[in-house]
Amino acid sequence: MTILDWIAPDKQVWTNVMNASRTEKALSIMGLVNWLGQVTLKVIGELGAVAIFFAYGFVLIFTYPFQFRKIIQQVYFIGVKSFLIISLIGLFTGMVLGLQGYYTLVKFGAEGMLGAAVALSLIRELGPVLTALMVIGRAGSSIAAEIGIMRISEQIDALDTMDINPMKFLVSPRIAASVITFPLLTALFDVIGMIGGYLTGVLLLGVNSGIFFNRIYDSVVLKDVTGGFLKSLFFALVVSTICCYQGYFTHMRPGGFGAKGVSLATTSAVVISCVLVLVLDYVLTSFLL
Amino acid sequence: MTQPFIEFKDVSKSFGNLQVLDKVNLKIYSGEITSIIGKSGVGKSVLLKHIIGLLKPDSGQILIKGKPLSEFSKAEWKAFKRSLSYMFQNNALFDSLTVFENIALPLVERTKLPPQEIKKRVDFRIAQFELEEVRDRYPSQISGGMQKRVALARALVTEPTMILFDEPTTGLDPLRKNAVLNMIAHYQHEIGFTGVMVSHDIPDVFFISNRVAIIENKKIPFQGTPLELEQSDNEIVWQFIHGQEVLQDQLTGLNPRPEVEKLVEKLLKQVALKKTIFTVVLFTIDDLEEIKKGVGYIASQRIFQCLAMTLKRYMSNKDYAARFGSSEILAVLPGADASRAEEIINKISSDCSQQELMDPTKYKKVCIDFCLKAGILEVRQPMDMATLLASAKKNQKVIAKMECKGVSGKK
Repeated sequence: MTILDWIAPDKQVWTNVMNASRTEKALSIMGLVNWLGQVTLKVIGELGAVAIFFAYGFVLIFTYPFQFRKIIQQVYFIGVKSFLIISLIGLFTGMVLGLQGYYTLVKFGAEGMLGAAVALSLIRELGPVLTALMVIGRAGSSIAAEIGIMRISEQIDALDTMDINPMKFLVSPRIAASVITFPLLTALFDVIGMIGGYLTGVLLLGVNSGIFFNRIYDSVVLKDVTGGFLKSLFFALVVSTICCYQGYFTHMRPGGFGAKGVSLATTSAVVISCVLVLVLDYVLTSFLL
Repeated sequence: MTQPFIEFKDVSKSFGNLQVLDKVNLKIYSGEITSIIGKSGVGKSVLLKHIIGLLKPDSGQILIKGKPLSEFSKAEWKAFKRSLSYMFQNNALFDSLTVFENIALPLVERTKLPPQEIKKRVDFRIAQFELEEVRDRYPSQISGGMQKRVALARALVTEPTMILFDEPTTGLDPLRKNAVLNMIAHYQHEIGFTGVMVSHDIPDVFFISNRVAIIENKKIPFQGTPLELEQSDNEIVWQFIHGQEVLQDQLTGLNPRPEVEKLVEKLLKQVALKKTIFTVVLFTIDDLEEIKKGVGYIASQRIFQCLAMTLKRYMSNKDYAARFGSSEILAVLPGADASRAEEIINKISSDCSQQELMDPTKYKKVCIDFCLKAGILEVRQPMDMATLLASAKKNQKVIAKMECKGVSGKK
């Protein structure tokens, strides 16, 4: 494995470089550098575009006229409608944490620590991340698809011609609603998860209930909770921006027009959001620790 | 003339390698309906989208009341935009909002009217466009014609001073089409807005337009009043206003009239130089107008088509024929003398007599006599077009006849 292998996944380029004469070699390397430069520029350009998109959409939340009604509608859609699925996922995550935690802790004779293990992993890590992933799957994809369809059927242009700012009309309420709902859903996830841990740990495997809750009480400090919420806030901004951005610029996508463009936009919205949530999770954790 | 409300000055626009507009100049006057006509995909909508700023020109300028759009301040642009409505080709209704909410949206979002006032105004438009039944339905639940009416209602609800219509009648049945055009004309008289309409409903749009611009081949070869349009001898314009005849000519294989006129002029010049001779044959169907009125439009057209197709069958590749007027065809036979023309006429004469259309028993309801005449003129000396046609007409003889004698339907 050489460095060239790593930066040029296209094997043909690499073989060409190896088999070429000196001038050709130089040219191929130039091509490689060219390609690398193009990719870098494209990525940076895209990042810049997303950043401007986010900043614009975010600022518009606070400009008159305020859109309480639309924000509430989006809170209902992103938050309330995710209630059940988040509860379900939270419950099973907590239950499996209880089982796995008990299995590990019992080897050290420390099954009394189960409450702390379950609570800390939920509040610090699993709560924000799994909530974000579930909301991406449920609401993020539909945000991208909805805005994408509005784009291809000229509804966004229609808003523009009516002098209604489409960013304010479509994007801002969704960002605002995400910022409101993500932490709340995360809190819900955490609580239900702990109940799940209690179910398996205490009721099924017989850990003392008083010790279970006492350990939670002892080990969880405010910093853990605020850290978890901070994560979910960042996730909210990233997820809502990426999903709106992908839908909003469906028509700029090379090679994807109409319904195909919307499907590609939805796919990339979900994939990019998920990847970014996990990457951001690592980065934030390393800062928060 | 007064200063145009909107003026395109040398506007060019390309999408990638595809150039759509090439130094287009267009004037739109206040309080008038200007129609932009052209074939599909020549950039009519692109032209409209430039007015409302959805597209920006690559070069050239768009002037609003003499001021370039690019020099507008944010506030001026906002004010201008608020005075406009745009009716999209595919309606662009918000599919997650009901009909009522769709029409109300521009009022809700950008005015501070109290809800009762908005409801009053929207209900007024809903009643006006007979949309009461579908008030609470979603756009996907109503028919295409209704969607068009909703879009029109949404465009009018803000009482704009200018409305851009992007093919408002495409995809509607003829009755609804007339209704939509009527509505546009009616409100234009009532409110006095400036209208720009992209369409290919010819000639219907001429009746409601004050000005017409034709876009063809990236340029605007003609703009003016419908009257000027009709008087224009531009070939493209001719093809547009005679759209229906052109279609029939294409069906029958006839050449466009301007093409044949040009050929005759060229041949006449050569005749003057004693280089060649040519022969023309002028066919006339007598009483075709009567048939159109009495028997029907289709019958009259079938008779004409029959003549044209028979004629085409006996002509060689070098010969040309075109419709001159509603019941006349001029055939031009370059290099031929009268005897060849005679030959062709004889063949047509015998062919036509056997046609179903020449059988009086087929006209059960109304039967009208008609006859087919042909006049030959061998051109050996230079003359002008009018003399040529007149002399050919003078030489006309009856070559086929249909008589209704003894048929009960005779009028």
